Amino acid sequence: MSLLATRGLSRHFGGLRAVDGVDFTLEPGEIRAIIGPNGAGKTTFVSLLCGRIAPTAGSVLFRGRDVTRLPAHRRVGLGIAYTFQITNIYPSLTAFDNVALAAQSSLGRGRFAPIHADALRQKVGAALAAVGLADRAGEKAGELAYGHQRLIEVAMGLALEPQVLILDEPTQGLSDAEITDFCALVRRIAETATILLIEHNMDVVMQLAHRITVMDRGRILAEGDPSAIRADRAVQAAYLGS
Amino acid sequence: MTAARVVGLHVLVLALLFAAQFVVSDYDQLTLTRMMVLAVYAVGYNLLFGYAGLLSLGHALFFGAGLYGAGLAAYHFEAGVPLAFVAGLAASLLVSLLIGLIALRTRGVSFMIVTMMFAQAGFLALLYFSRWTGGDQGLPLPAAARSFTVAGLTIDLADAGTRYNVAVALLAVAIGIGLLVVMRPGGRVLVAIRENEERTRMLGYDVFAHKLKAFVISGGLSGAAGAAYGLMFAYIGATFASIQYSIEVLLFTLLGGAGTLLGPVLGTILMFYLIDKASEVTSAYLLVVGFVLVGLILWFPKGILGTVRDRWARWLP
Repeated sequence: MSLLATRGLSRHFGGLRAVDGVDFTLEPGEIRAIIGPNGAGKTTFVSLLCGRIAPTAGSVLFRGRDVTRLPAHRRVGLGIAYTFQITNIYPSLTAFDNVALAAQSSLGRGRFAPIHADALRQKVGAALAAVGLADRAGEKAGELAYGHQRLIEVAMGLALEPQVLILDEPTQGLSDAEITDFCALVRRIAETATILLIEHNMDVVMQLAHRITVMDRGRILAEGDPSAIRADRAVQAAYLGS
Repeated sequence: MTAARVVGLHVLVLALLFAAQFVVSDYDQLTLTRMMVLAVYAVGYNLLFGYAGLLSLGHALFFGAGLYGAGLAAYHFEAGVPLAFVAGLAASLLVSLLIGLIALRTRGVSFMIVTMMFAQAGFLALLYFSRWTGGDQGLPLPAAARSFTVAGLTIDLADAGTRYNVAVALLAVAIGIGLLVVMRPGGRVLVAIRENEERTRMLGYDVFAHKLKAFVISGGLSGAAGAAYGLMFAYIGATFASIQYSIEVLLFTLLGGAGTLLGPVLGTILMFYLIDKASEVTSAYLLVVGFVLVGLILWFPKGILGTVRDRWARWLP
């Protein structure tokens, strides 16, 4: 069974068909990249997946279960985590508290017993260590360097222990060195979670993705492994070559 | 350990308030009693405003619900103090649950307006039903409604010393509840909602449910303060549900420091003192209050304890 699937998923904003009848499936364990020109509907599409916005038509299935009407926070509870395109953290809280909020959400999932402080600390420590920010736990998140703020965002995604982690343009604004580290990090995360990645940096996409979905004007234009996408004429016309 | 230090500080403050009764004059003792009951109200208000970031302009409704819930039970049904207090608390919890379910669908300025509107409706209802509520004349509570017995011990709220200690106990409970809400993981979620609601939702939290919980706890504490105020001073009146009481509690909180647990307590004491002194000098004491508010917003937007926390004591809850 596929992990995440959509059937005829659409979202219209007035006359604009931002997402237009998309049939999409994501298999467990893969790293999938979604590419496409600006305004292709990529962010709208993943926002429909995670429930940030409601679809105009169509349905979203998670492990075969229809989650179309499920509010966003419940979908996070099921294991669909979303990291924002524009860094979206709690700038006035410490790095620890930022990640702790994610950790206590997954620790408290499906139980009423109070969360043990040690378990929480351990989990936050592990997530911060995974992104290489263990020594920054006590600093205010808003005072960290931009690249580090993006990593906090990823650490929050990790601490949610998602089954599918949606990364919306994660490398935007990072330096080349940071991007290299980031790719290594994504591969490590992919050992335990399925990754859905919106990305403009084609080097990153070609390096990481098992499969690539190309969107254009709200529809899926092509889908396949990196070499197939590179060779696809329609894709070249719409996006790559131009 | 931070937790030990935090609890220690709050116990120390309460101990100082308890000890104050042995040194201050009768008049100051009465004033402090009022201050402490109003501080309970402010602690409740601050849980919603300071931590969850929801600015209500209608908390007088919950204070009034507690006041009238207790007062009417005592006046019309001759309920004893414990029962009347529970009636007041229950009334405020119910009212805050109902209002919360509606008002929390809005945010920002709309939330302020909706809460204020409900509070005004409540205030006008008290005037309209003046046959039972006494309207703006209010109702004096009978002496019998102020004395009760627990475990063989007679507690008479007409006695100034007893009343003072009941107020200390009530404030201790309110601060205890505040600590429980704020220091546990759930408190972090409230702050998270204040700082970034959308992010918090996408971390898997039911933002509405958390807000509603904070709203009801806040309303309940406000109502407990209202109930205690009515029973202690044997008078209930519609003035207590007027907009003035919604605004004053906001001022108390802003002055002391929104989002700090002791801020509202400090703010209530200072502002009450200021109003008291200013009204001795001029009848335009509200003007003084207004200037203090403007000054606060301009130079101390985080209030006294908020500024202290930023500069010297990051561990302050």
